[in-house]
Amino acid sequence: MNKVGIIGYGITPFTKEDKKIESILLDSTKEIFKNNSEIDQKDIDAVLVSTNNNSKYLSPILSEIAGIQPKIAHTIENLCNSGTNSIVSAYSYIASGLADVVLISGGERYDSPGSILEWDNSRGEYKHPIFWASIFAKSYKREYSVSDEELALVSVKNHKHAKNNPNALSNKTYTIEDVINSKKLTDDLRLLDCSRPCTGSASIILGSEEKVKQYSKDPIWIRGIGQKTTSAGFTKNISFSSMESTNLAGNAALKMANKQTEDIDVAEIHDAFSVCEPMILESLGFSDEGKGMSMIKELHQTNNYKINPRGGLIGSGHPLGVTGIAQTIEIAQQLQSDASNRQVKDANVGLVHNMSAAATSSTVLVLEK
Amino acid sequence: MNFESKLNEGKFCIPECTECKKIVWPPSKFCDSCFGIVTLKEEDFEGKIVEFSRQNEQYFCIVEFENTFRIMANISKTPKIGQMVKISKCGIEKGNYFFHVI
Repeated sequence: MNKVGIIGYGITPFTKEDKKIESILLDSTKEIFKNNSEIDQKDIDAVLVSTNNNSKYLSPILSEIAGIQPKIAHTIENLCNSGTNSIVSAYSYIASGLADVVLISGGERYDSPGSILEWDNSRGEYKHPIFWASIFAKSYKREYSVSDEELALVSVKNHKHAKNNPNALSNKTYTIEDVINSKKLTDDLRLLDCSRPCTGSASIILGSEEKVKQYSKDPIWIRGIGQKTTSAGFTKNISFSSMESTNLAGNAALKMANKQTEDIDVAEIHDAFSVCEPMILESLGFSDEGKGMSMIKELHQTNNYKINPRGGLIGSGHPLGVTGIAQTIEIAQQLQSDASNRQVKDANVGLVHNMSAAATSSTVLVLEK
Repeated sequence: MNFESKLNEGKFCIPECTECKKIVWPPSKFCDSCFGIVTLKEEDFEGKIVEFSRQNEQYFCIVEFENTFRIMANISKTPKIGQMVKISKCGIEKGNYFFHVI
């Protein structure tokens, strides 16, 4: 299998702007070509668009307005982990030899239809994500004797990190009291426990070993990929206090990369809601079962940006099909020591965790310098 | 008659494969294991509450049936984990299923 790495990336600030999806996709695509002058549109073999938008034929449209005539062009949608699914598809095209250079462009509007999975009728009238998050939170708190105040620390930490991310939707810091006193959505969820949908654009170019060496002065390699889909329906999760798909995808990615969790210096994980962060840390093996909050508390108290340095989804915003690409860009920047005042010291190996629909599907990537 | 038609009449049925007898959830015309034809069992089923939360004054809970599948339902009184409940009302409203348990 051919080696695959990152050639370049482009990202624009996450906002609440009302823009056409085609313009959104072009925003970060043109950033890539501006930032990587050695890459030309004619070098692109495939264009993959990651979005939950209902517009059709977006990849050929983006290709046309960006002056690209790719061999392969199509959209990839898998709700909130569309972004990493697109990266995995690009990896496959390159590793198989079908393409040498692939542009992946993620674009989403603040009013994306991907927020609600209409199909999941087992949820009855409780289809909004705040209801699965409330069940996760209730179950996790009960199982491990965790309080609302302790969980609120996830939001406090990630908003603090986002303050150092110029592309984040949030530019404010909050206290535990602020989180607890924010609007109560259910008994187990406050407004500041939630990531917010937004308008965003992020693009990345992957290439074969030869192309990466040709175009990138500071190559980042994709060493491991793990994916698992356990179901589509939320109520089919075996546990509501751990994430099976995340555990399986994480193990597969680490095995492929020949790494252990202890080798990971920095990670972007899918904190769609506060409770997700400790659940993911435990499911990926960063901490023991029920001890995720202890790890988060220590990271926060020592101002360690190891987990969600860009502010996670809670701080950065969550433009669904863009999130996995933005997470991957952050890890690439961290490994290139180019993450400004959110830089994690001596970061050599990084991990991306991106999931969909209450962890019914997870993707994990392991990146290395 | 299919699951949704019955649900529209306010009847909650459990879909079961005619060939391998597996409960098929979410409801489908064909078994997700052997692709056999699915029929509907119509009884006064009892389920167990496995988790719950509350929005404003309304409790909602996860109810497990036949140790096999789960739904989200309304419940008016304070629920308890492990409590056995029955479906008191169900149907389809604006395209969404709804379930109430007591």
